[in-house]
Amino acid sequence: MEFQITKKAKNLAFGLMGLGALLTIMGVALTASDHHFLTRFMASALISGFFFFALGLGSLFFLSLKYATETGWYAAVKRVIEAVAGFLPVGMVILGVVLLIITLADGAHIYTWMDPEVQAHDEIVRKKAPYLNKIFFWIRTLAYFTTYFLFWRGFRNRSLEEDRVGGTEIHFKNYKKGATFLVFFAVFSSTSAWDWIMSIDVHWFSTLFGWYTFAGMWCSTMVVLIMTTLYLKKLGHLPNVNDSHIHDLGKWAFATSFLWSYMWFSQFMLIWYANIGEEVVYFQLRIAEFKYLYFGMFIINFAFPMLILMSRDAKRNAGILVFVGLMILIGHWLDVYIMISAGALGANARIGALEIGMALLMAGVFIFVVLRNLTKAPLTPVNHPFLDESNHHEI
Amino acid sequence: MSDKVLYVMYDDDEVLKNSAKKLVAKGVKISEVFSPFPIHGIDPIIGVKNTRLGIMAFLYGLTGLTLATVGMRYFMIVDWPMNIGGKPNFSYLENMLAFVPISFEFTVMCAAHGMAITYLLRNKTLPGMPAQNPDPRTTDDKFVMEIRLSENHGVTEAELDGMLQEIGYLELDKKELK
Repeated sequence: MEFQITKKAKNLAFGLMGLGALLTIMGVALTASDHHFLTRFMASALISGFFFFALGLGSLFFLSLKYATETGWYAAVKRVIEAVAGFLPVGMVILGVVLLIITLADGAHIYTWMDPEVQAHDEIVRKKAPYLNKIFFWIRTLAYFTTYFLFWRGFRNRSLEEDRVGGTEIHFKNYKKGATFLVFFAVFSSTSAWDWIMSIDVHWFSTLFGWYTFAGMWCSTMVVLIMTTLYLKKLGHLPNVNDSHIHDLGKWAFATSFLWSYMWFSQFMLIWYANIGEEVVYFQLRIAEFKYLYFGMFIINFAFPMLILMSRDAKRNAGILVFVGLMILIGHWLDVYIMISAGALGANARIGALEIGMALLMAGVFIFVVLRNLTKAPLTPVNHPFLDESNHHEI
Repeated sequence: MSDKVLYVMYDDDEVLKNSAKKLVAKGVKISEVFSPFPIHGIDPIIGVKNTRLGIMAFLYGLTGLTLATVGMRYFMIVDWPMNIGGKPNFSYLENMLAFVPISFEFTVMCAAHGMAITYLLRNKTLPGMPAQNPDPRTTDDKFVMEIRLSENHGVTEAELDGMLQEIGYLELDKKELK
C-alpha cells in the first residue's frame, strides 16, 4: 500500500530492540545472584508488558468510542487508531506469557495470593480466595483477551470491507458493536486492573483503581496517536489531516491527562482524609520509599501537559506535542512501575538496566508492529461515510 | 467627521459568507457582521483578530487560585487553626489536600465569571445597555454586513454599489453618520 516502513524507522525499531535486549541481558547478569531476581525480572516484564498492551487496548477503546458516538472528524486519522489497536494481539500474547510464567512460579512473590504458603497463613488472602485464585484468575484473563480480540478483529475486518463496498450498513453495524464493546469494557477495564495490578498489594483495595489505571492508559494512548499521526504527516502522508485534527487529538491528550490527575487525586485525597490504617499502607510505602519518584511522576503527568498544552497554538505545534508526548509516556510508564514494582518488591524496587532494557525492547517491538500495521491498509479509509466531514474539519 | 455606512442584508449565512469573500477579494473592508448566531469561519474572511479572552481567563483563574489560597490559609490555619481529621493543624502545606477541591472550584468560578463579565463589557451588551445592531431582524433570521466608507478609501460609493449589484443582496440600507 501507500505507506512503506522507511529504512530509518526500521533501524530505529530494531535498534531499540537490540539496545533493550542488551540492557536486559546486562540487567540479568547484574542481578541474577540476587534472591529477589525472579520477582524483579517478572515484575519488570509485567510493567512493560502491561504498559504496551494498554496502548493497544486504549486505542481499541478510543476507536469504539468514536463508533458509538458516530463521530465525524476522526475519519482521516482512523487508520492510525486502527494500526495502534493492531498491537493488541501481540501485546496480549506477551502479557499472557508473562502472566503464565508468574502463575507457574506460584505468583513469584508478585501475586502473593497465588502462593499456597501465604494462603495457609494469611487470613485476608484466604477470605479473598473465592475471587483471587489461579483458576478464576485465568478464566477472567482469557475472557478479557477473547473479548478484546474478537472486537478488534471485527472492527478491523469491517473497516477493510467498508473500503471495498462502501454504503452505510457497515457504519451502523460498527455503531452497535462499538456501543457493545463499551459495555464490556466498562466492566473489564476495572476488573482487569484489579486482577493484574491491584492484587499485587493483596491486602489493599480501592474501588476507583480500575478507572485510575484506565485513565493513565487512555492518556498514553492519545499521545501515541498524536505522535504517529505527526510522524506520518512529516513523511508526507495523510494529506487530509489538517491542523484542526491535530488540535483535536491534542485536546484529548490534555483532557485525559486531567482525567488521570483527577483520579489520582481522588484516590489519594479520600484515603488521606479517612486515614484508616489498612488503606493508607499503599501510599505510606510509596511515599516512604519513592517520595521523589511518586510525586515527580504526578508532576510530570499533570503539571507538564496542563501548563504546556493549555494554549491553542501549543496544541497545533508538532514540536511541543512530541515533547509533551514523550514526557507523558515516560511519566505513565513510571506510574505503572510504581504501581507494580513498589507493590511486588517494596523498598527493594529499583529502576535498573533490567527495567529500562525491557521497556526499550517492548518499545521497539511496539513501533515495528504499529508501522507494519500501517502498511497493510490505505492510510485514508476510502468509503468512510464521514470522510467528507473529516476532510473539511475546521475548528 | 461625517461617514456613510452601508448595511447589506442577507437571509442565509452561507450566502453572506460568499459575498463577503468576493468583496474582500476586491479590496473592500467589512467592518462588522450582525447575525443571530456565530457564523463558522467568518472571522478569517472579514479579518477579525483572534480573541484575547483566553488569556484573560487564565489570569482570572490565577487570581481565583491566589485568593482561595490566601483566604483559606488565613481562615483555617492562622486565624482559627482547624483540626482537619486529626492532622497537624498549623501547616497549610501538610493539609494541602483538603484545600485542593475548594481552590479548584474557586479558580473555575473566578475564571468563568470574569470571562462572562469581560465579554459582556467588551461587547457593550451588559443587561440594560442599548442595542448595537442596525436592524432588529438580525436577532431573528437575517444577516447584515456593515461597510463603512471611511474605512474604504480605495473605492467610491458608486463602485461599491456596482459590486453589490453584481454580487447580489436581499436589502441595502444606507445611513449617514454625523
